[in-house]
Amino acid sequence: MRHIIAVLLENEAGALSRVVGLFSQRNFNIETLTVAPTEDPTLSRLTVTTSGSDRVIEQITKQLNKLIEVVKLVDLTEGDHIEREMMLIKLKATGQHRDEVKRTVDIFRGQIVDVTSSIYTVQLTGDQGKLDAFINAIGGAYILETVRTGISGIARGDKILSI
Amino acid sequence: MEMLSGAEMVIRSLQDQKIEYIYGYPGGSVLHIYDALAQQDTIKHILVRHEQAATHMADGYARASGKPGVVLVTSGPGATNAITGIATAFMDSIPMVVLCGQVPSTLIGEDAFQETDMMGVSRPVVKHNFAVKHPSEIPGIIKKAFYIASSGRPGPVVIDIPKDMTTPTDKFKYVYPESVSMRSYSPATRGHSGQIKKAVELLLSARRPVILVGGGTVGGRASAEATELARVLNFPVSTTLMGIGGFPASDRQWLGWPGMHGTYEANTALHNSDLILSIGARFDDRVTNATEKFCPTAKIIHIDIDPSSISKTIAADVPIVGPAKSVLLEMLALLAKSDTQPDAEALSDWWAKIDQWRQRHGGRYVRNENGSLKPQQVIEALYEVTKGDAYICSDVGQHQMFAAQYYKFDKPNRWINSGGLGTMGFGFPAAMGVKLHYPDAVVVCVTGEGSFQMNLQEFSTCSQYSIPVKIVCLNNQSLGMVRQWQDMNYESRHSQSYVKSLPDFHKLTDAYGHKAITVKTEAELIPALEQAFALKDELVFLDIYVDPTEHVYPMLVPKGSMRDMWLSKTERT
Repeated sequence: MRHIIAVLLENEAGALSRVVGLFSQRNFNIETLTVAPTEDPTLSRLTVTTSGSDRVIEQITKQLNKLIEVVKLVDLTEGDHIEREMMLIKLKATGQHRDEVKRTVDIFRGQIVDVTSSIYTVQLTGDQGKLDAFINAIGGAYILETVRTGISGIARGDKILSI
Repeated sequence: MEMLSGAEMVIRSLQDQKIEYIYGYPGGSVLHIYDALAQQDTIKHILVRHEQAATHMADGYARASGKPGVVLVTSGPGATNAITGIATAFMDSIPMVVLCGQVPSTLIGEDAFQETDMMGVSRPVVKHNFAVKHPSEIPGIIKKAFYIASSGRPGPVVIDIPKDMTTPTDKFKYVYPESVSMRSYSPATRGHSGQIKKAVELLLSARRPVILVGGGTVGGRASAEATELARVLNFPVSTTLMGIGGFPASDRQWLGWPGMHGTYEANTALHNSDLILSIGARFDDRVTNATEKFCPTAKIIHIDIDPSSISKTIAADVPIVGPAKSVLLEMLALLAKSDTQPDAEALSDWWAKIDQWRQRHGGRYVRNENGSLKPQQVIEALYEVTKGDAYICSDVGQHQMFAAQYYKFDKPNRWINSGGLGTMGFGFPAAMGVKLHYPDAVVVCVTGEGSFQMNLQEFSTCSQYSIPVKIVCLNNQSLGMVRQWQDMNYESRHSQSYVKSLPDFHKLTDAYGHKAITVKTEAELIPALEQAFALKDELVFLDIYVDPTEHVYPMLVPKGSMRDMWLSKTERT
């Protein structure tokens, strides 16, 4: 099963490499990984999506917690949560397809953020499923380039991950 | 306030940390530090002949004393040579602080001479590592390094020090911090009382219990508490390879150690048990055999300071995260207050079964009739001559297993071996580290001619500092454990396990100014050992020829359960 683990870690050189190293060293799998400083500049927040049996996920959270620079973490998938990913996607938009592409972008509530005579560059935000669905709807033949940020997540309601 | 250079701060911090010995090897990047070292006399430096030996010396000292060992090496090859010893300490949770030189910060990343990314190289085999970014950080980092290395689940910590952080002319205010506080690191100081209570209830209702004493009992200085608990409950005890000495081997309640080459009675009792109380053992693959067949009827109480050791390979029914000592003290207090007693009748039946199992193998081996030696009898003789009171520092291989099987340890911290990483070459420098700190103790390196040659250059260090360890080399002219596996699994094709041109160990030992004794027959054995141990101030190398065809038994059958063992070359359970 897929899990989204949110990690607060010391914003120090090398801290990220410990997290990434841990995953490869212990044969854990990373599907996506995002990281950026938080409003407190001494802390970074990292979101990692991974999958595995309950035993593997338990080991992942325990091993992450063991890293000296990990301050706190939570498995967001254990409770209600919001997850979002952002994608920038460059699409062929010529001839009769130009309108069709625009309509599809509208249906998915994407935004065209750059235009040339033959290309639309689209920004789209949502959960992984929505972004995948958009890619399917557009069809591979029209996609020139995609870049996805990986998932960021936060718990619903009054649950807060902070120190 | 005092103004010191980074180099002086390194040495001063170690003094403030009350460090007596450091082990190391100089080189370009650490020359400022070595110069600061030369201008004081409270810290003694032991110049090894290879950096790996420095780490094993620090490690041996740490295992015997429970305090962190300290290593100082230069950048590049100095640092990478130390890696094997760091990894050895990491696998066995041994506290160690390794100070590594680094090229000047202005050159990092430019493939400078003797540059290695030691932060990256060491990362998977350290508890933590630090890179110094400014000289004024040095005292704080060193304080944290010792705190991290020796608290919680201990382990090695590396400090990477670029040369320009130690420039003698750049002086900064020196303050050694009195305490450490880290928001991201706070190891458990006691177990959860509710869990401990649950555990005690399970202990009192057990009918076929076994207490499994692991390295965390020895490292956590909880042997006395574990022993008391076992005696209060009258439960059988098995000590893992790392836990040997955590419960007295001469005690009736001791079953020996479990796993790959564990005793028949320990493995069989564990397999048939209904409750295992694991105290700082981590259910390593060399203990469990096939995990899905592991002890099918046993409930598991697992005490460990490291939560990630719990339910990693074997699911625990009652997990308790905390230091062994405080958890056991809490258990003992609950037991003292409890109205319930252990089920005496069930236990008496259980003991009767165990006593039967003890008869089945009982560590037997057959001596050769022609007077040539079996390795087991050498260890038995060593036990007899040293009256069971030596520090035994072992290398890795058959001799390690024989030493663990036939030397009976009644005290903790006396059996010193590389259990997790299985590092050949560990034993000799580890013994040197122990002997330096315990000059009056009898310190023995049990080795084989294969392992010994991996760090024999330390003969020279022993000459320089007069370190009179005794080396018992079980010379079977082959890599015995490899050979055993080839006999059992590869139709005796001894691929590269035969060491064709062995040195004349007698001459070799002579060349370094030490004493050697060669032993080839049973008649020579005890007199040679007695002579060696009578020479208190000399390093003595005992080159003891043993039967190369001998195998270590019992041996777990691959992919089987704990009760599936070879008991000899021909007998299986």
